[in-house]
Amino acid sequence: MNHYEAVFILNPVLSDDQVKETVKKIESFLKKNGSEIISTENWGLKKLAYPIQNKQSGFYNLIDFKSPPTIISSLETEFKRDERIMRYLNVKLDKYATEWSIKRRERKTKKV
Amino acid sequence: MSTIEQAGKVNQGEIRYLTPLDIATKNKKKYCRFKRSGIKYIDYKDPDFLLKFINEQGKILPRRLTGTSLKFQRKISVAVKRARHLALLPYQADMLK
Repeated sequence: MNHYEAVFILNPVLSDDQVKETVKKIESFLKKNGSEIISTENWGLKKLAYPIQNKQSGFYNLIDFKSPPTIISSLETEFKRDERIMRYLNVKLDKYATEWSIKRRERKTKKV
Repeated sequence: MSTIEQAGKVNQGEIRYLTPLDIATKNKKKYCRFKRSGIKYIDYKDPDFLLKFINEQGKILPRRLTGTSLKFQRKISVAVKRARHLALLPYQADMLK
């Protein structure tokens, strides 16, 4: 089991329900393949630094999860196949990054 | 003829200032801010922080300007590139700051 982090940008024309549904779909895909979701974050509608698919903004979402390394490639095909996802990035976290992600989450929960 | 004489004097390095210059005479030692403050991981999700390491055009600043150690310069470059991919930072820009 490795610690991973996935950030993806969703199409801004979607409604809130559609955004939730897409996130849920990815989560259920991960759970089905024996991975453990640590946290999810919704950054909301953010302005992009440059246009992607002629869109100036997008819904950012982040999922922190622990999973066996074999499913990452199939997760990427899942991301590619979904038309609502404009951009994605999967990153494996090393020990320093894991420390940082825990710290970051604590800071977020304190604020809220 | 007097003008030529004056030019010769300047060439000999006899430039004198009325008041001693403060500018750029003291060499401030640069340091790696990550080593000093004990930061171990550079987060690509924080574009405001990464903004310190890119210039107005969105290019990554060289080590000789920021003073970052090689180890962390590599991490910065990876983080900036990841942030660009996610459209958190621009690939090319003008008047970014």
